[in-house]
Amino acid sequence: MKNETLNRLKLLASEIRLETMKIIASKGNGHVGGSLSIADVLAVLYGEVMHYKPEDPDWKERDWLVLSKGHAGPAMYAALGIVGYYAKEDAYHLNEAGSDFPSHTDHSKTKGVDLTTGSLGQGISQAVGAALGNKMQRIDSHVFVICGDGECDEGQVWEAAQFAAHYHLDNLIGFVDNNGRQLDGTVEEVMSHGKGIGAKFDAFGWEVIDVKDGNDVKEILEAIHRAYEIKDKPTMIILNTVKGKGIDFAETSGEHSSTLNAEQWKVVIAEAERKYEALKEELS
Amino acid sequence: MYKLAKEHTNDKRNNRDAYDDAMLDMMKVNDKIVHIDCDLAGCINATRIKKDFPERFFNAGIAEANAICVACGLSATGIIPFVHTFGVFASRRAFDQVFLSAGYGERPIHIIGSDPGITAAFNGATHMPLEDCGLYLNVPNAIIMDPCDYAQTYVLTKRSAETDSLTYMRLIRRSFKTIYEDGSDFEIGKGVLLKEGKDVTIIASGVMVYNAIKASELLKEEGIEAEVIDMHTWKPLDEELIIRSAGKTGAVVTAENHEVNTGLGSAIANVLAANCPVPQEFIGIHNRYGQVGSQDFLEKEYGMTVEDIADAARKAISRK
Ligand SMILES: Cc1ncc(C[n+]2csc(CCOP(=O)(O)OP(=O)(O)O)c2C)c(N)n1
Repeated sequence: MKNETLNRLKLLASEIRLETMKIIASKGNGHVGGSLSIADVLAVLYGEVMHYKPEDPDWKERDWLVLSKGHAGPAMYAALGIVGYYAKEDAYHLNEAGSDFPSHTDHSKTKGVDLTTGSLGQGISQAVGAALGNKMQRIDSHVFVICGDGECDEGQVWEAAQFAAHYHLDNLIGFVDNNGRQLDGTVEEVMSHGKGIGAKFDAFGWEVIDVKDGNDVKEILEAIHRAYEIKDKPTMIILNTVKGKGIDFAETSGEHSSTLNAEQWKVVIAEAERKYEALKEELS
Repeated sequence: MYKLAKEHTNDKRNNRDAYDDAMLDMMKVNDKIVHIDCDLAGCINATRIKKDFPERFFNAGIAEANAICVACGLSATGIIPFVHTFGVFASRRAFDQVFLSAGYGERPIHIIGSDPGITAAFNGATHMPLEDCGLYLNVPNAIIMDPCDYAQTYVLTKRSAETDSLTYMRLIRRSFKTIYEDGSDFEIGKGVLLKEGKDVTIIASGVMVYNAIKASELLKEEGIEAEVIDMHTWKPLDEELIIRSAGKTGAVVTAENHEVNTGLGSAIANVLAANCPVPQEFIGIHNRYGQVGSQDFLEKEYGMTVEDIADAARKAISRK
């Protein structure tokens, strides 16, 4: 793995964080914590791993990304804007009346979003369907899906898991954003996962890869390369992440959604900009 | 074009095979069509589909919510999925999935809910969908169908695949009365004027079409000329036909195998109230749960017999 690649991905993750803050700031409030925790996996997917054509979003041979934790939409909008599906500024209209950028990812509204999510548990099932459809049609591609650890409370996640294993969907690679928090508190407090989410997916017949630092682009990339080698079953990559990663107030509070005033947003965006520029400087 | 059967006797075939026949005919020429079942394939003989097209038959197990969303994902890749389970589960159990992933998500998947209303008979209350269409009526742009016999089930299955919409079709499983001759054609959203009359309009669908025809014969003996409409599509509703007929007869009876407060009768009442208010009587289930019993017993229990429809017609006429 080239250092050059890793540096590029690190910088992209930082830019995704910056853009995500600008997008959420345009509305004033939103799901800051759960968007920030997936910035690194989005950077690896859009910056290195996935095949896609922004000018042809429906390109048949593309890789798919389904954001099953649809409330992290702003992070996906940031990534899609940076890689050219639209101008970055287009997304600075989060949840405005008539906006193409609702807080939850919406196929009917936003270029580059393949499936509509927001009701937790449904995205992974749809991703399973897309993987099955591509396999049936002998399309050589991958479907990626990102779930929340809280989302894994939903029974439907496990219905999807058993289906994907039963039909040997090795073109499906999932991630659990294992940031340890959900809406009402920590996952341990609200609804714990017995022997762990990874152990559950293992029991359901998936290959499970545990990524110690789920906010490290190198570890994420290595895990995906390992997943590519797995045949006959789907893979779930458990990303041990930090909710709110990379922005001080969010990382400290670990809160699910955040409301700041205009002045506070200025400070947050300045922080994200400073970190982005410093990293750029450091890596150049 | 349709042709009424000369006699409305019991079909020798099980109605569920109309669905399988249509699927097999379509699957032969269109390799995008798939059937997904929720461990109930045997109940509608879809094992025939599995036998002929094993690579396009998927059992999702007893997991209806997932089955609906898997169908949406398949549809996103260009596949045309049909999903079957009992009507109760196709509606109540997976409604959020239907509403958001399929409806709002703009995925034209085709959902088959078998054992509509009282045809669930001895499976009883837990398996008797009296509110399935009512739920689907809330889904913007969904298509809802309640076919009455073999010929109509066959055609509407095929028509579903041609649409670009989410569709929900009720499927009578067992042998039932033949209303139409095979080869009849039907259009989604276009009701069938089965019989012209001037005194009252009876609008029915599904298993109630037979009773509506019989009620019109009973009324004829008293000199009452009833117009009979088979409203196989509940949504989009054939408003033009309703308004034209009600305008002519001045009285309406709706007859449905469903809860009247959220079903065909209510949908038609909306149209009448806005366009040509006339007296309307409602045949169907009134604020009750299902229960075990033969279809005949349940028809009596819920006031859905031929005589009940005739009574309702007399009452509607008297209220003019
Ligand atoms: C079916 C459903 N129930 C409830 C919600 C409301 N909700 C949105 S996000 C959330 C918590 C999600 O936690 P997690 O999946 O861990 O996401 P993260 O912490 O990474 O943001 C809840 C309860 C929802 N969107 N869908």
